[in-house]
Amino acid sequence: MTKNTKILIKNGRVVDADNNLDAVLDILVENSRITQVAKNITNGASEIIDATGKIVLPGLVDMHVHLREPGREDKETVASGSQAAAKGGVTSCLAMPNTQPAIDCVENMRVLKNIIQKTAKVNVFIAASITRNRLGKELTDIAKLKKEGALAITDDGASVDSDELMVRALKIALGQKILAICHSEDKSLAQKGVVNLGYTSTRLGLRGISRESEYQRVARDIALAKKTKAPVHITHVSCRESVELISQAKKKGIKVTCDTCPHYFSLDEDVVLAYDTNMKVNPPLRGKADVASIRQGLKNGVVDAIASDHAPHTENEKDIEFERAEFGSIGLETELAVSITELIHTGLLSWSALVKKLALNPARILGLNKGTLSVGADADIIVVAPDKEWQVEKENFLSKSKNSAFLGRRLKGIVEYTICQGRIVYKNEVS
Amino acid sequence: MIWTKKDLLGLEYLTKEEIELILTTAESFKEVSTRDIKKVPALRGKTVVNLFYEPSTRTRVSFEVAAKRLSADVINIASETSSVRKGETLIDTGTNIEALKADIIVVRHNASGAANMLARHVSISVVNAGDGWHEHPTQALLDIFTLKEKLGRIEGLKVSIIGDIAHSRVARSNIWGLTKLGAQVKVCAPKILIPPGIEQMGAVVTDDIEEALEDADAINILRMQFERDAETAFPEQLEYFKNFGITQERLKKAKKDIVVMHPGPINRGIEMESSVADGLNSVILEQVTNGIAVRMAVLFLVSQGHDKKYENTD
Repeated sequence: MTKNTKILIKNGRVVDADNNLDAVLDILVENSRITQVAKNITNGASEIIDATGKIVLPGLVDMHVHLREPGREDKETVASGSQAAAKGGVTSCLAMPNTQPAIDCVENMRVLKNIIQKTAKVNVFIAASITRNRLGKELTDIAKLKKEGALAITDDGASVDSDELMVRALKIALGQKILAICHSEDKSLAQKGVVNLGYTSTRLGLRGISRESEYQRVARDIALAKKTKAPVHITHVSCRESVELISQAKKKGIKVTCDTCPHYFSLDEDVVLAYDTNMKVNPPLRGKADVASIRQGLKNGVVDAIASDHAPHTENEKDIEFERAEFGSIGLETELAVSITELIHTGLLSWSALVKKLALNPARILGLNKGTLSVGADADIIVVAPDKEWQVEKENFLSKSKNSAFLGRRLKGIVEYTICQGRIVYKNEVS
Repeated sequence: MIWTKKDLLGLEYLTKEEIELILTTAESFKEVSTRDIKKVPALRGKTVVNLFYEPSTRTRVSFEVAAKRLSADVINIASETSSVRKGETLIDTGTNIEALKADIIVVRHNASGAANMLARHVSISVVNAGDGWHEHPTQALLDIFTLKEKLGRIEGLKVSIIGDIAHSRVARSNIWGLTKLGAQVKVCAPKILIPPGIEQMGAVVTDDIEEALEDADAINILRMQFERDAETAFPEQLEYFKNFGITQERLKKAKKDIVVMHPGPINRGIEMESSVADGLNSVILEQVTNGIAVRMAVLFLVSQGHDKKYENTD
């Protein structure tokens, strides 16, 4: 979009957890960096954004996004996905490696890096796979992938079943200082399940996915983190036992962090009862007690981060029989609003706490100097109208895919401006 | 009471009054099949399409007979002969049938929720003739109709459903229907064939066949699947019969006038002895006869309904 050398954001309520800041201030951006955060800045900026009555936050860092490129450009591309990110206030995202081909070697990484360099509207970082083709059989060259710029390793969509292989991967990850992200799911337990196991699966006549299939693997991954001393990040935590296990591990000083997704703290399994395939996600939407436990985990700090698990799919892959439909919901354009609606407007979290979940903590977990409004930091900033209400509609998504679990919902909080590396990459023109 | 729904997708979605309306409507249609000329003009000029993605003889024939006795035109589409094999989606098939100006689609499908999905995408009526493990509402309605005919009431009855509860749409529809009408339902099966949370549907669970039979006013014996589907099959046929098979011996301890039902087709010597299937307590053939009246009632009622809101969502 517009290339600016100087942007002045005036009179917004600036919330920056990194600097314990929550006050009405101005922010000056010069050449991709924040150069001043103070009251009444008067500097000849080429663009002045009046943020009166708005909240000014660091751009979100979404550590779990499927951009589908290369290979499934019909679902999403780096261009469309990063545009969706900009609209959702996400200035940095971590692309999952389950593309076609998988990001499992330097050559494939270079292909993706080239696409990102040419087409990304926001910062897109790359997670490489732990095993070749994500088959759980043979390790990738983690050292080389790290050197090429991979920020994390994960076989997301699958867990590495072999303890021995996972231990080796974690030892290498520790040595290379690269984060391992675990999609903790024991497929031998989850099998061909499609919804939460229990009353819901029975009532719908669908195969169930047990909570055990998640938390037993969470327990394994924690045990391997303890054994290897490598930091482990558990992604898309959905059930109460997982929260409990991670809480205990943290108390013991094991280096484990975790994220959850907006759908796991805002939707329970009852929304699946109409066989709406947009509600088919993996792990599945769980019971009310699980949702309560995830919310509690967000409040007390056990759950470090919120990530979207943005998982675009075409209508052909969703408008079919429930058991055959793909798993996943898009989330880049709704995660902030769902979080504001469900966590801020309910009083569960303060703005400062929310900034930690959506920006500061994921940045720290990934080792990025982002999620902050410090002077000198990258100018990744969003301006949010916190009370503005809107309805989630198919036709308004910038993502190529429309499979949102939040379609039709009314949400509060909308992004007015997204600034990434000092450039305005999104501006809400509707209002 | 006026029927408003355009579809019949499951008994979970019906009120007690709606179920009772189907039963009373079925009572009045039952007489038609005893006439010399077995036809009324209720659905004359209407087109009913039987869209069957699973092999079924009795349910399809029953719907066909029911539609014809209401003077509807009937078209049968089986998955083997249609473009379903060429990969057409269920929704596309449904909208094509709608474009032919058919009035009612009767659908049988192996995926749970298939009828719900189809109903959402077409504005004509959809009747669920069995979807996966989910519901088989007309089967439960004819079971309930038969029970009511035999015992005069449903409220307060004790009904035990015996067999593979986990993979049975007949069991689920019966539990919803019977409990809504005030019956007490017990389900009985080996533990691995009891699905989790079934108690929350209103059923009491046991794996003791004696317990299922004592005090029961009626039993509904489900067909057991053995070799056909390795995933859902119970491994030991003989062991099942030994522990859960309904024999004359076992029935001696039950109520004398216990009503014995089975949705068919029967595996003689597996779920029940032949002598029980053909015995005095058995109403299995009456169920088949009543199936016509119940399906006539359902086809007639949905043709009057226009309300698309059919599911309990929130």
